[in-house]
Amino acid sequence: MAVALHEPPVELPEPEAGTSLWRDAWRRLLKNRMAVASGIVLLLVGLLTLLAPVLPGVSAPNTQDLALGAQGPSLHHWFGTDILGRDLFARVLHGGRVSILVGLVATLVSFLVGVSYGATAGYFGGRVDNTMMRFVDVLYSLPYMFLVILLMVYFSKSLWMLFAALGLVQWLTMARIVRGQVLSLKQQEFVEAARSIGAGSGHIIFRHLVPNALGPIIVYATLTVPAVMLQEAFLSFLGLGVQPPQASWGTLVNEGATTMAFFPWLVFFPGVALALTLFCLNFLGDGLRDALDPHLRHE
Amino acid sequence: MSDAILQVRDLRTEFRTEGGVVRAVDGVSFDVERGQTLGIVGESGSGKSVTNLSILRLIADPPGRITGGAIRFAGQDLLSLPEAGMRRIRGKRISMIFQDPMTSLNPYLRVGTQLGEVLELHEHSTRAEARRRSIEMLERVGIPDAPGRIDRYPHEFSGGMRQRVMIAMALLCKPEVLIADEPTTALDVTIQAQILELIREMRDDLGMAVILITHDLGVVAGMADDVAVMYAGRVVEAGRTVELFGNPRHPYTLGLLRSIPRLEGEVGRLVPIPGRPPDLTRLGAGCPFVPRCEFVMAQCRADRPQLRLVDEVAGEHSAACWYEPAAATAP
Repeated sequence: MAVALHEPPVELPEPEAGTSLWRDAWRRLLKNRMAVASGIVLLLVGLLTLLAPVLPGVSAPNTQDLALGAQGPSLHHWFGTDILGRDLFARVLHGGRVSILVGLVATLVSFLVGVSYGATAGYFGGRVDNTMMRFVDVLYSLPYMFLVILLMVYFSKSLWMLFAALGLVQWLTMARIVRGQVLSLKQQEFVEAARSIGAGSGHIIFRHLVPNALGPIIVYATLTVPAVMLQEAFLSFLGLGVQPPQASWGTLVNEGATTMAFFPWLVFFPGVALALTLFCLNFLGDGLRDALDPHLRHE
Repeated sequence: MSDAILQVRDLRTEFRTEGGVVRAVDGVSFDVERGQTLGIVGESGSGKSVTNLSILRLIADPPGRITGGAIRFAGQDLLSLPEAGMRRIRGKRISMIFQDPMTSLNPYLRVGTQLGEVLELHEHSTRAEARRRSIEMLERVGIPDAPGRIDRYPHEFSGGMRQRVMIAMALLCKPEVLIADEPTTALDVTIQAQILELIREMRDDLGMAVILITHDLGVVAGMADDVAVMYAGRVVEAGRTVELFGNPRHPYTLGLLRSIPRLEGEVGRLVPIPGRPPDLTRLGAGCPFVPRCEFVMAQCRADRPQLRLVDEVAGEHSAACWYEPAAATAP
């Protein structure tokens, strides 16, 4: 019997760089069709609104044409026009800029404050943790919408105030999540190993602990964006948010709602834009959660 | 004694727990000399790890606290050093490797990043410089294809390879003392031998002192120049390895030696040490080994014996036991 004694040359394809846990998660995310579709829609919405001022065919959002008045959707005005003859398509795109910006900036504020605060409390533990988290509990127990409304009423009603007010009430949950993560992570041996090579507390918190807790942080941040956008819409609906003539999806829905019986398209289009974006953000958030924490998925 | 790089004197570390104060380390003293290895042996909870975490002041406070003693390292007292000064010593002049290489590397950072961190913290190296030295060190500890591996993540390494990475990390700054806390416990036997050989090689290359914590007497026999046996937070017997193994004077050491299987000689039953380690929150006045000891005398119950010289000639072998020679040597 002839047996080939020579070893067949085995050549394994070597990946260029190491596979990080992030790349693993990315691969899982790409398998989730809803999340990918949502991501694409969000990207389109984002691009459209971002490029609104320079897109050909999109008129200025505040140009009035009183002679035109409110007209239904047509070839010339895709989403129709409002009572002042302003092109609704342009207003929805420009309003989206504001809504999305509020969502992102407020989330960023909550991210920066919440992560640093929660990680610090969790890492030091003991009395520091107790004091810091009781402060969070106190803020939590205040009716936060009331807080935001007070801020908006007593200070300026500018866009920056809106960012700050919404961001400052959103960081509380983020701080709690991060604290919980850090509390369990700091027991792990690599933290002790990092201390044994002479790393200081700040170094350990931001270099070692936060990256390990980033999964839940990202998921929560993704879900914060729609929550904040909804709150902005709510505030604008009350007349406390974005001030006219500037538009956001919230103010557009508000304006549209007053004349809903006569000109339904005025509430329909901004409403659909808002709902679609919120849906996609939530789907993407869910997809990210599944991708970043595969253990949870099959329960 | 003149060449001792690290001197620990009467070290005491306590933990305040709900069940009371645990004196995890209760008056431990030893010296470690340059180029030598000290083996610290004892069962779980004997205080050997806490002793060494205390040297680097890595005891979590609360609940832990170093309550007394002195640790002299290269002429300075580590216990009175401010935290910032201590950080400059950790990882640079005294390094540590941990028991489980699977959990002591950060899973989210590339191996190269974690190695570079040490140089970044202590020597303010540039990124390129840190990378070059990390690759060099990885090669030195026997990682094949180090330039290709340095950008990998910890989960892409096997256990033995990760322990090599940990050793590389500990040795990057050429420390004067290396503390190895059960460096081979989590590895399989063939890898154990390789890792121990690597530690010995690096010790001889760098001329550093090594403290090897283990519960494996075989490891100590092969590696250590001196041995300290710990029980209930104290050193109960200490001496040159050859002397201590050949002529054990504490019943606990004797028990440890009798409970390891041997390859040569007649095959008999192993003799285990009966009982369990004592509860450190309620130690009485007597010797804590009394409940498990086969040589108990009246004195043992009344007084806790202190460490005293048992070999007047060499002057290097001491034990904390009231029992007088002759009978204790019969295994």
